[in-house]
Amino acid sequence: MSLPPFQEFLDQHKDDVYRLLVAMVGQDEAEDCFQETFLSAMRAYPSIRADSNLRAWVHTIARRKAVDALRGRRPAAVLADHQEVLAAPGDGEASADLWHAVRGLPEKQRLAITYRYGVGLTSAETAALTGGSGAAVRQSTREALRRLRSVYVEEAHS
Amino acid sequence: MNEADLRAVRLPAAPDNVLDRLVERASKEGLVDISYGEMDSPLGPLLLAVTDVGLVKLSYTDYDPDPLGDLAARISPRIVRRAARTDAVRRELDEYFTGERREFTVPLDWTLVRGYGVDVLRATVAIPYGHVSTYRNVAIEAGNPRAIRAAGTALGRNPIPVIIPCHRVLRTGGGLGGYTSGIERKQLLLDLEGANR
Repeated sequence: MSLPPFQEFLDQHKDDVYRLLVAMVGQDEAEDCFQETFLSAMRAYPSIRADSNLRAWVHTIARRKAVDALRGRRPAAVLADHQEVLAAPGDGEASADLWHAVRGLPEKQRLAITYRYGVGLTSAETAALTGGSGAAVRQSTREALRRLRSVYVEEAHS
Repeated sequence: MNEADLRAVRLPAAPDNVLDRLVERASKEGLVDISYGEMDSPLGPLLLAVTDVGLVKLSYTDYDPDPLGDLAARISPRIVRRAARTDAVRRELDEYFTGERREFTVPLDWTLVRGYGVDVLRATVAIPYGHVSTYRNVAIEAGNPRAIRAAGTALGRNPIPVIIPCHRVLRTGGGLGGYTSGIERKQLLLDLEGANR
C-alpha cells in the first residue's frame, strides 16, 4: 500500500479543513491558515506512513495553524477582525456573529459545534478527529448549545 | 437558537482561487514533484504527467485506471493537477494528431525506464515519422540482437507512448505485433502517419 497522490488527498479533505478554519479563525484568516496547513502537509507528505490516518493528521495540523493564528492576534486586531467578519459579504451577519460566539466557547464545546455544524460531521466522525467518544461529543454539543443560547438571548436584550 | 439555526450556517467549501494559489505557492517552494493535466485525442482521453525534467508519463486513461497511483508509488506522491505545466506537450500532441507535426521537441523524463529498456526506447525514438522498424531491428540497434523478446517487453512498458513511437515497431514480415493499450490504437497511429508497411 502506498500514499495516495497528493491531489487526491487534497480533494478529499479541502472542504472540511476550510470549513473548520473559517469557523475557528474567521473568513479573512482562513485562507492563510488553509495554505499553511496544506503546505505543511505537503512538506511532510513523502515521509509519513502510508497506513496513517491522513484525515486525523491534516485536521490536527489545521487546528494547530488556527491556534497559532489566534495567538498571534493583538486585542485590537481581534476587535477589527470581529467587525470585518460581521461585514463579510455572503457570510450573513447572523452567521458571522454566531461563529464569533462559538470561538468563545471552551475547547471541547467549540470543536463539537464547529465539526458538527460548521463542517457537517456526525458526532462519531467528530469524535474520530478530536478524541473521546460520540457520546462525549453529544454531551459537549448540548452544553455548547445551552451556552450559545444564553449568549444570544443576552445580546438580543442588551 | 436551535439546531436548525446552526445547520443553516454551514460554512463554505474551499473556493477554487484559494486552491489555485495553494498550488502556485507549493510549486514556488519546490514541493511539487509531478504536475498533471488531461486532454482529449483521437485515441481517447490522455493524461500527461510532467516533472521538472520533462514529460514522464503519457497514459491512455480509459486503459490505465490509476496512472497517478502508479506515479505516486514509483516516483513521488507529491502530485498535483496543474494543467498549465502540460500546455507545451498538449500543443505538440494536438499538432501531431492533426498532421501538422512530425517530430516532438518537448523534453522527456526517462525516470520510469530502466536498464535495457533505455537502449530499446532510445533506438525507437530514432525511427522517423511515417517509417516502421521491427522488434529484431530495434534489438540490434539496442546492442543486443538476441534479446528480441526483451525488446518487445520494453516496448510494451513504454511510459510515454506516441512521443516515444513504439507504434512504429512491427513484427518481422510486417505483422502488426502488439500494443499494450489495444492494437487499434497502433493501427490508428500508423494510418495517421501514412506509414509504408
